[in-house]
Amino acid sequence: MESIESFTPVWIILTSSVAALLIALLGRWPNVRESCIFAAAAIKLGLLLSLVPDVLKGKLYEFEVMELIPDVGLAFKVDALGLLFALVSVSLWIPTTIFSMGFLRPLKRHAQTRFFFFFAIAISSAVGVAFSANLLTLFIFYEVLSLSTYPLVTHHQDDDAIKGGRKYLTYLLGTSVALALPAMIIVYERTGNLNFTNGGVLADVTSTTLLVVLLVMFLFGFAKAGLMPFHAWLPGAMVAPAPVSALLHAVAVVKVGVFSIIRVLTGIFGVDLLAKTPSLSTIVCVLAAITLIVASLIALTQDNIKSRLAYSTIGQLSYIILGVGLATKIGIAGAALHIPMHAFGKITLFLCAGAIYQACGAKCISEIHGIGHKFPMTMTAFFIGSLCVIGLPPTGGFISKWYLLNGSLDSAQQWAFAVFLTSSLLNAAYFLPIVYKAFFAKPTDTARLEKAKEPPPMTVVPLFITSAGCLLLFFFSDKLFKLADTFAKMYTVQ
Amino acid sequence: MTEQLPTIIILGPLLGATLAAFAAWFRPRLSQPLVVLGLVISSAAALKLVFIVADAGAQEYWLGGWSREQGYGVVGIQITVDYLNTLLLAAVSGIALLTSVYTRRLVDTELAGRQRYFYALFSLLVTGLLGITITGDIFNLYVFMEIAALSSYALIAYGKGRAYMAAFNYLIMGTMGACLYLLGVGFIFAKSGTLNIDDVSASIPALGQSQALFVGFVLILLGAWAKMAFFPFHGWLPNAYVHGPTASTAILAPLATKVAIYAMLRIMVTVYSIKYINSSPGIQSLALYLSSLAIVVASFFSLTQINLKKLASYFVLSEIGYMVGGAWLANKPGLTGAMVHVVADAAMTSALFMAIGCIVYRLGQAQLDDLKGVFFKMPVTMAAFVVTMAALIGVPPTCGFFSKWYLIEGAAKADAWHFVAALLLSSLVKAIILFRIVEIGYNRVPHPAIKGNPAIPRNEAPLSMLIPTVAMTLGLIVLGLGTSTLVNTIISKALPAALAQ
Repeated sequence: MESIESFTPVWIILTSSVAALLIALLGRWPNVRESCIFAAAAIKLGLLLSLVPDVLKGKLYEFEVMELIPDVGLAFKVDALGLLFALVSVSLWIPTTIFSMGFLRPLKRHAQTRFFFFFAIAISSAVGVAFSANLLTLFIFYEVLSLSTYPLVTHHQDDDAIKGGRKYLTYLLGTSVALALPAMIIVYERTGNLNFTNGGVLADVTSTTLLVVLLVMFLFGFAKAGLMPFHAWLPGAMVAPAPVSALLHAVAVVKVGVFSIIRVLTGIFGVDLLAKTPSLSTIVCVLAAITLIVASLIALTQDNIKSRLAYSTIGQLSYIILGVGLATKIGIAGAALHIPMHAFGKITLFLCAGAIYQACGAKCISEIHGIGHKFPMTMTAFFIGSLCVIGLPPTGGFISKWYLLNGSLDSAQQWAFAVFLTSSLLNAAYFLPIVYKAFFAKPTDTARLEKAKEPPPMTVVPLFITSAGCLLLFFFSDKLFKLADTFAKMYTVQ
Repeated sequence: MTEQLPTIIILGPLLGATLAAFAAWFRPRLSQPLVVLGLVISSAAALKLVFIVADAGAQEYWLGGWSREQGYGVVGIQITVDYLNTLLLAAVSGIALLTSVYTRRLVDTELAGRQRYFYALFSLLVTGLLGITITGDIFNLYVFMEIAALSSYALIAYGKGRAYMAAFNYLIMGTMGACLYLLGVGFIFAKSGTLNIDDVSASIPALGQSQALFVGFVLILLGAWAKMAFFPFHGWLPNAYVHGPTASTAILAPLATKVAIYAMLRIMVTVYSIKYINSSPGIQSLALYLSSLAIVVASFFSLTQINLKKLASYFVLSEIGYMVGGAWLANKPGLTGAMVHVVADAAMTSALFMAIGCIVYRLGQAQLDDLKGVFFKMPVTMAAFVVTMAALIGVPPTCGFFSKWYLIEGAAKADAWHFVAALLLSSLVKAIILFRIVEIGYNRVPHPAIKGNPAIPRNEAPLSMLIPTVAMTLGLIVLGLGTSTLVNTIISKALPAALAQ
């Protein structure tokens, strides 16, 4: 495998940190402040795209900043999966920023500079996670992400926000410090190596008990992935303003969780070890499958739009974990591909929920009956987003689910096929009624509908962008699939 | 010139103390600058020696030239700067320097009218602490221990009200510790006929399984534990730190206990040996269990506190458990962790008490409930406070993360899972406390930027306090990023050869 020593990955991470600094300094001039964000996002996206051709050829960009402990440094490595994830989070940063401007400014919300500042830091750390070359670097950025999103979750600073924020930190910080950190140190103590390597670093560990304990510690330690029973922080985090829920709790933060688990499963345990040790693969698959089904069932019962979306996210994250747990090439590619597909679908849904709240203050499904006639564009976007998450053509979600289903047939865990299908049915069952009621049900609250104002263009334009993304991903999925496939090949073919 | 550097480290604050005491009679305002000057010289020498030791190895110095070679082995006084103590010397003198600048405003307000001898005592305390760290002689270690102890009793008793009682408790416990230590030294002297650390260390293996040496070891250990407030000898510490003046706590909390831990490390690693420790597994597992217990108990007590200073003194107690436990793991990562953590914790505690001092200076006694809106009043101080707490929790890339990493690695290697659990628990408890403070200080007030809410005027601590606080806090991150370098060039060489592979 050819690797290129390059400072570019560090630049990519730093652009949004620099932007954060500028945001803090230029807080008095909102227009200048937000231009900085767009400039940084554009630079970041450009730099990321410039890496694509070489990465597709199987090359790796590497850079070690400094050594932190013997043989493990603050080091970055850009491979196909990292690039894929970084591309998704950065490209969605742009529509989310537009949406945030539309969402925060007209209502004269407080502390907008703080909001954009921590948002930029969060993007930096998400990309840092994506580019980490070893578990320690990943852990560092993982923690920075937890801490930098806390002020965003508690943005409203009322009692609910404080409670949600408390839950958020207890789960995320608690599990990472109490489970992931010791697991990582045990791996280091036994092997002296934390680099993500093809074939894993634990291949020489013979004790299955130790492997199982480590696996469980990692799976639950990265609680951002929302595996049950460590999922309750995500519905709690829905007290955050809509743009935060959209980009962070549908894309950046939660995907960082599954991304970390993918890295651990492929780079620390190794796909071979997973496939060879049935108990490991089974544990991953069973835990993911339980979460998948149970989360979908709970989603059915939620009346609050955002918490229904949150439980749906919990379920969809487990698709990715289950896909990797299958330990087949197609399964892993499908899992990697599900990151962007679900991201585009779910962010559309969250932005729609935000736009509806902005326009008429409705938070619950029972309040939005008949709203489709008032806001046809918003609800159409919602429809496209739900198709994408359910996994129906012509949206990108169909493609990733296709590969995931294929992967389950290839693997030793064929029952996963049934789980995937059941869950997709459940997804349809909790999303389509919303669309149906919005367009065809009799309004429950006509007074609210009459008062409702059309959402400002700043909040509608991002919906167009992301829902168009859902459709385009279906037709142009080959590029993304190449990235996912390059990654899957690298870690499965010996 | 450079061969005189070791003695300059102690002479700086010693002369500073003497001159400050004289100056206090006719020109009290001069005391503090004199002490600062002494500490500047001392810390410059200590810093220079770090580089010399890293390049050329241990530096020995015989006071008055009465060296072993000239036949003065028993009476000659040796001071040594080697891999084990050079970093701590730099840390102690550096922190003392920053604190001496930092405390001036605090002393002027808190001890108004009584501040005359404060800086002389301050400098004497630092002399004692540096002396304990640098000496190459177990009896001299006792002498310096008493110098440090007597000045710290006085510094605590400088407070008002319950400070006298707290100082008295401290005195009882400290004197007991010193007596135990001295008794232990007596046993060693009786068997080996020498007090010089190198000579004792050379003669111990030849003495074989000696009951007297073992008793001496246990007595010294108990003495050191009482001095460092290790569980269950910790009762005196929280009251002393809460009721003593904030300025005294700012220098005592970071340094006094850490230097006692260094003394224990010196006795364990150099005077006796890791082999000796490993051959007495009874004490080893007892010490490890006590360390875990110290961490757990202190963590739970810190959760129940409503006073910021008291809360921080329970942090000090739990950190002592980290270091004692790390040392008693007696393997390579464990000892590395303990040695890194002695320096890291000195810096973290110093930054913590500096930030608390700033808050106390502006708000009076720091009850948690008084902190409402403090993030708006003192944004810079609170930023420093949050970073420091993050270091104490062990958030990367601060120094607290890396020392904790080594400690946990060592505990995993020694299969001391209770110690791993205790370390993680303590991190979580500190995280809870940090966010409790963030909630009170930031979220529990109407945000002043929203129209109609009352504005919270900014009332930042004076620059002479703020600059040392921020410098110390940034130091935590620099120290964290430099951990690997320090371990490779200095600390790994302080480990006994038996563990080096």
